[in-house]
Amino acid sequence: MDLLSAPCRAVYIFSKKHDIPFTFQFVDLLKGHTGVTDVGGLGKARAVPLTGPFCSVAILYYLCRKYSAPLHWYPPDLYTRARVEEFMAWQHTAFQLPMKRIVWLKLLIPKITGEEVSAEKIDHAVAEVKNSLQLFEEYFLQDKMFIAGDQISLADLVAVVEMMQPMAAKYNAFLNSSKLAEWLMRVELSIGSGLFREAHNRLMQLADWDVSTLDPAVKENISELLKKSK
Amino acid sequence: MGLELYLDLLSQPCRAVYIFAKKNGIPFELRTVDLIKGQNLSDAFARVNPLKKVPALKDGDFTLSESVAILLYLTHKYKVPDYWYPQDLQARARVDEYLAWQHTTLRRSCLRALWHKVMFPVFLGEPVSPQTLAATLAELDVNLQLLENKFLQNKAFLAGPHISLADLVAITELMHPVGAGCQVFEGRPKLAAWRNRVEAAVGEDLFQEAHDIILKAKDLPPADPTTKQKLLPRVLAMIQ
Repeated sequence: MDLLSAPCRAVYIFSKKHDIPFTFQFVDLLKGHTGVTDVGGLGKARAVPLTGPFCSVAILYYLCRKYSAPLHWYPPDLYTRARVEEFMAWQHTAFQLPMKRIVWLKLLIPKITGEEVSAEKIDHAVAEVKNSLQLFEEYFLQDKMFIAGDQISLADLVAVVEMMQPMAAKYNAFLNSSKLAEWLMRVELSIGSGLFREAHNRLMQLADWDVSTLDPAVKENISELLKKSK
Repeated sequence: MGLELYLDLLSQPCRAVYIFAKKNGIPFELRTVDLIKGQNLSDAFARVNPLKKVPALKDGDFTLSESVAILLYLTHKYKVPDYWYPQDLQARARVDEYLAWQHTTLRRSCLRALWHKVMFPVFLGEPVSPQTLAATLAELDVNLQLLENKFLQNKAFLAGPHISLADLVAITELMHPVGAGCQVFEGRPKLAAWRNRVEAAVGEDLFQEAHDIILKAKDLPPADPTTKQKLLPRVLAMIQ
């Protein structure tokens, strides 16, 4: 895994927090590597494509069950569980995509191609993120301590790593909402500040990435893809 | 008031929920939300689902959105056969893996294929450039390949020897480009065989009933200007 990827961070934090034994196989996304991860002895290889594994949700559910994590992480109550599953489903398109887009538009594309992205495109991406954050606050979090109620769950973990992603591009999703900022503090405390910071260390240094270490073939691929999507 | 399912069978995730509920004899009131008329944008519907999307579920005072969450809720609440969402740790993980992956990949391609090939030009009267359509269909191709090679492989169904939620979600997605006239199963005998197995497992009549509307998508009359104005911004946001 590569902790640059939000889904990877969720799995990493969860595994560390519950002392789940695993072999950390570093797949350097910045070098354009894709590889395999074997988390919690799943016994099967899972590719980590450049855009990160989409299956972290599946991994988290699996780890919860296999290692009998405390119930609040994935509550057995019909309605509370449904809320967690609702968020875990919603966040793929509402959080993951837009948060990632900000990092690409504001940081990675300029670094890789040497060209800035239009303000219009960036504004559009930011508007999308703001919209998702608003929905998150109004629909998922509301006036509760955490998404599922009084205790942290997988939903909060996945939410927080996704919301941290744009920090790499100096976009602070927590800036304009005291509710979100307070929720962030609660989540960080529940996880443990040390572990939280450790997991986000690499992300926070992304702006310092020396793009010359990127495999030229991969750089070429990315540039091609970007041209096509214009 | 018992279980209510707010659905429009034009929508792929609605079809999966519909088929699942019907197949398992789960009693529910069907509340049709006409997407073409923009009924999901009404205040009345917002009280059921503030996110303004279908499918939505209302069970007494409890409301829920997101098809995957709804399918899992129905699975947990009503004692459905184990194969839909197996108790076995690894078998279940396979289902979860597909259900997580498909959101931003196959679902997205299938949605875009329908809209770029049929709904924009025919229904909304908005032309789509050949390049855009070609790119969308190429993306669909990539995801179909992943579906076959990464998930189905040589198994009878996506998660193993039996049908599961994964197959239901996948097949209802694929019927979207089929409804748009894309030959999704042509040149893909493995996928075609899987499709037949899924249809047989679901039951041919129920399968046809659920897909009646999408298969007639090409014949939708063009939208009037008011409807078009109402729908366009949300559609653009939905398929990006």
